[in-house]
Amino acid sequence: MNFLLTHQHEVATLTAEHLWLVSISMLLAIAVGVPLGILLTRRPKWKALVLGSTNVVQTIPSLALFGLLLPLPWLGASAERLAIVALALYALLPIVRNTYVGIAGISAPVREAAVAMGLTSGQLLWKVELPLALPVMLSGIRVAAVITIGVATIAAAIGAGGLGEFIFRGIAMVDNGVILAGAIPAALMALVADLSLSGVEKLLVRNRQ
Amino acid sequence: MDAKSTVAIEFVNVEFRLPEGKTLLSELNLAVERGETVMLLGRSGSGKTTSLKMINRLLRPTAGEVRVDGIPVTQWDAIKLRRGIGYAIQDVGLFPHYTVRENVALVPRLEQWDRGKIARRVEEVLTLVSLPSAEFADRYPHELSGGQRQRVGLARALAADPLILLMDEPFGALDPITRAELQREFKKLQEKLGKTVVFVTHDVGEALLLGNRIALMEDGKLRGVYRPEEFLDTADAAVQAYVDVFRAGQQMFRNKQLTEDLR
Repeated sequence: MNFLLTHQHEVATLTAEHLWLVSISMLLAIAVGVPLGILLTRRPKWKALVLGSTNVVQTIPSLALFGLLLPLPWLGASAERLAIVALALYALLPIVRNTYVGIAGISAPVREAAVAMGLTSGQLLWKVELPLALPVMLSGIRVAAVITIGVATIAAAIGAGGLGEFIFRGIAMVDNGVILAGAIPAALMALVADLSLSGVEKLLVRNRQ
Repeated sequence: MDAKSTVAIEFVNVEFRLPEGKTLLSELNLAVERGETVMLLGRSGSGKTTSLKMINRLLRPTAGEVRVDGIPVTQWDAIKLRRGIGYAIQDVGLFPHYTVRENVALVPRLEQWDRGKIARRVEEVLTLVSLPSAEFADRYPHELSGGQRQRVGLARALAADPLILLMDEPFGALDPITRAELQREFKKLQEKLGKTVVFVTHDVGEALLLGNRIALMEDGKLRGVYRPEEFLDTADAAVQAYVDVFRAGQQMFRNKQLTEDLR
């Protein structure tokens, strides 16, 4: 606790770094994952391949994934870039899966009525499918955010910064205070992300069956 | 649109076969006149819903042709075709994230009517289906009873004032009293609005009550088309089976009344 208070400035800097890594990789994962999930509802044959491969990515231990990506030409050049891509890959599965599940789970009569009323496929997506799938998609994003905040602590191992710096330093120094200086803000960040996103989810579900 | 012709919908040698090869419908020839209500009557799997869905191109015939206003539906722009046809189904399919008002207003909004006209139209169709808009317009579907939901479904189908209405057992899931109520109201509505209606049902009583003509379907074929009074009198054995069920039901009802009266 003492360390946390005496190093307030450094804690704030690393927390900001951590938040930045997480935010950028989440944005990237959403930008890729949501369209991918939508695509799967249109091309169900690709489902096994896409969900399978995003699943495989999640089974790779995070430290190993960072290491594996390191020799790649463009990625390996910057630790930060590499960390963001690796984190986005981790976040991808819950986002793709929940987008797909959310849209595929819309009741058949609702979809049929929408088509029969003459909605174009774009209108079907924006006016019916996405709004109805949103709570499920958000819960995927919430899970992804919590995972990413945790895994991002490992990014310090390849020099990408973030709260992992404290954790690795603390391990090396055998100093629990230093470890906690990284672990506590990271845990708090995960908690806040989880609570606020589930709050938004509840708000959205309120007016539905 | 071809205003001179009296035929609104026409099936010409229509066949529908599944990709696996099973034939659901064959040799369907039927012309629906403007302003009439044709009931497609038959058992489950007789091809009623399949026929209905070919009118607004939810399904395409594997052979033959379906024409709306004299034009094959395959030549219609699907979106334009569907916006001109009201569609009401047993499960209603209201959008759960929209209020009653938003559900009803959707097609007019997509057709870019001006706001005032949409507001007036929503009031008007909700009144038509006996749902005062002051009370119901801002509710969500989950706040309505089954009968009320079906009324909203009907209002939504009528919203853009289509000339054609397709109805697939719209009252099938309702309790008997609500169903009878909605059937009576629909009959009045139909007399007032004069839409061309194709109505799928397996209920003989409903077919007799609401139809100008009854198209009896069996095993994917059209068995015959009858006026309600013909339907009751014909010697055709297939029709007879339906009439018998209907009469037995009526008889049971009378007997029950009788025993209750005697008590």
